[in-house]
Amino acid sequence: MSLDLLVAILMTVAGAATPLLIAGLGELVVEKSGVLNLGVEGMMLIGAVTGFAVATTTGLPVLGALGAMAAAALASAIFAFLVLTLMANQVATGLALTIFGTGVSALIGAPFVGITTPTFGPIFPEALTSSPLLRLVFGHSPVVYLGLILTLAVSWFLARSRAGLILRAVGESDTAAHAIGYPVLKVRYCAILFGGAMAGLAGSYYSLVLTPMWAERLTAGRGWIAIALVVFASWKPGRMLAGAYLFGLVITMELQAKAAGFNMFAPEVLAALPYVATIAVLAIISAAKRGGANAPACLGKSFRATA
Amino acid sequence: MFELSRRKLLAAGAALGLAATSVAPAFAQDGKETVKAAFVYVGPVGDYGWTYAHDQARLCLEKNLGDKVTTSYVENVAEGPDAERVIRQLAQDGNDIVFTTSFGFMNPTIKVAKQFPDVKFEHATGYTTGGNANMGLYNSKFYQGRAVLGTIAAKMSKSGKAGYVASFPIPEVVMGINAFQLAAQKINPDFKTQVVWVNSWYDPAKEADATRALLSQGADVITQHTDSPAPLQAAEEAGAIAFGQAWNMESFAPNAHMTAIVDQWCPYYTGRIQALLDGTWEADNVWLGMKEGEVEMAPFNAKMPEDVKAAAQKIVDETKAGTYEVFTGPIKDQSGEVKIPEGEVIPEGDLLKMDWYVEGVQS
Repeated sequence: MSLDLLVAILMTVAGAATPLLIAGLGELVVEKSGVLNLGVEGMMLIGAVTGFAVATTTGLPVLGALGAMAAAALASAIFAFLVLTLMANQVATGLALTIFGTGVSALIGAPFVGITTPTFGPIFPEALTSSPLLRLVFGHSPVVYLGLILTLAVSWFLARSRAGLILRAVGESDTAAHAIGYPVLKVRYCAILFGGAMAGLAGSYYSLVLTPMWAERLTAGRGWIAIALVVFASWKPGRMLAGAYLFGLVITMELQAKAAGFNMFAPEVLAALPYVATIAVLAIISAAKRGGANAPACLGKSFRATA
Repeated sequence: MFELSRRKLLAAGAALGLAATSVAPAFAQDGKETVKAAFVYVGPVGDYGWTYAHDQARLCLEKNLGDKVTTSYVENVAEGPDAERVIRQLAQDGNDIVFTTSFGFMNPTIKVAKQFPDVKFEHATGYTTGGNANMGLYNSKFYQGRAVLGTIAAKMSKSGKAGYVASFPIPEVVMGINAFQLAAQKINPDFKTQVVWVNSWYDPAKEADATRALLSQGADVITQHTDSPAPLQAAEEAGAIAFGQAWNMESFAPNAHMTAIVDQWCPYYTGRIQALLDGTWEADNVWLGMKEGEVEMAPFNAKMPEDVKAAAQKIVDETKAGTYEVFTGPIKDQSGEVKIPEGEVIPEGDLLKMDWYVEGVQS
């Protein structure tokens, strides 16, 4: 295997992993606060279409990404109002958000079908990307680096910051947190909005970087993988990073193996690999005694302030 | 909403009246004043590919026949049990004819057609009606376009290797791969076509990743049998060449897009609805191609060298004239054995069941 090929593969892995990582980190924070938002796919689609619309209209992809975050956060605010203030069922509302996002993105996107958009240019000077190894370090889209920074930030926030401690407390025992005087609903509102913005950013990564176009259902179910990755990562940002890149690696290797003419297995077997890998890792994680599944205790429960 | 329900009420009233006086007229056999047609799509109408082409034809049909036809569609219908539910619902809703536009809708269509003998069904790209007299089959000879693409690919490729992003190994797709490779082989006997199956008709991110994988493995021409423009964009990014699928996709990749196979379903749809209006509709099984205008090539890219343009145009012209048939022997299979002897042409019936690859295809 030549160095060029290896680098090309690794670059593709980073590209495939980044949106899963970003959307997954958002959902991880939401779930840590005790809310299960199954609307990631819908918010990603809203982000993808808004990002594309803003970027093509203004010619500025950065503005597109910001617009995507704002629009998806707005969609998540609707979800937050329904499940927090009106105490609707979180699972059903999340699913409704996905259906809503799919429909509304198709509606907004109708005039944008069939055109392409300016995309994020490389942020490092060209001299730095001349050799394959340097390209591996400096040649990615800026969003890839942003994904890594976000992992560190979320990890620090949850483990080291006071606000992160409060957020975890709210997710583990909402009544206790409330009794001490923490604003449970406010914390959850913030977490959901953050999750929405992250899903929007991840969605815009598809429409602005990976496949710079808008087509209905552009994200093709990646939001669901992001949700699964949260469980896979057992609610730890570091493992989320590993999980997203592992998943990216498996889907890339599947295609690379086929492209190399490797046909020992039927194509369907290779296509099933990512999911088989997911199940295998989940089984290993839940079998492990320590650091196993540590879902927030209040995940998915509605909270009503008493007294 | 009110309009619709009032109309339904009136229709129901009329039906009741008819039943009461037991005038069961035979006018169903004769022509109709208006036709209500429904379309079932496998992808979103905004895919700018396969489904988009069908929907453009639906709009064109409405324009051609004006008030005489009302149409509706259901998009994103999964192939399988869900499709049966949707088709049955459309039949119950009083549609005169239902077009199901994906290979995987064939069995559900057969089932529903049995239950609704008074409704007409038309299935695209299938091979059997299950004996239903009220179900027709229609398809286009896309492989004729694939032969043009193969010719361009072999003429323009430096590495002698094309990457083929494919959906599912069904006859329709296998036939396309073989036509592409056979035409390419005529130009360059050592030409290879590497296939990557993405197991989906529509998954832009995966199609793009498959394209990147093929390009990094030495292919410098990309062609696809999936429905999104993502492979074209990935080819554009890498400076390779590629072809549009189902519709002119030049806007996505102005440099990479050499030409495209454009699906023109409008003449067929218009003809079939007109037949219903005239009362001459009969279950058919048609397979139309370039000659009938159902398969067209998008304008060649200005960047294409003149000799390549000429070679491609020659295939188009000869196909239209009926003097060129890509599936003419000798054809060898993957193991190198002659499967079709010299001078023999693979019969259409065998093409529609094709499950083997020609020499030079790596899948």
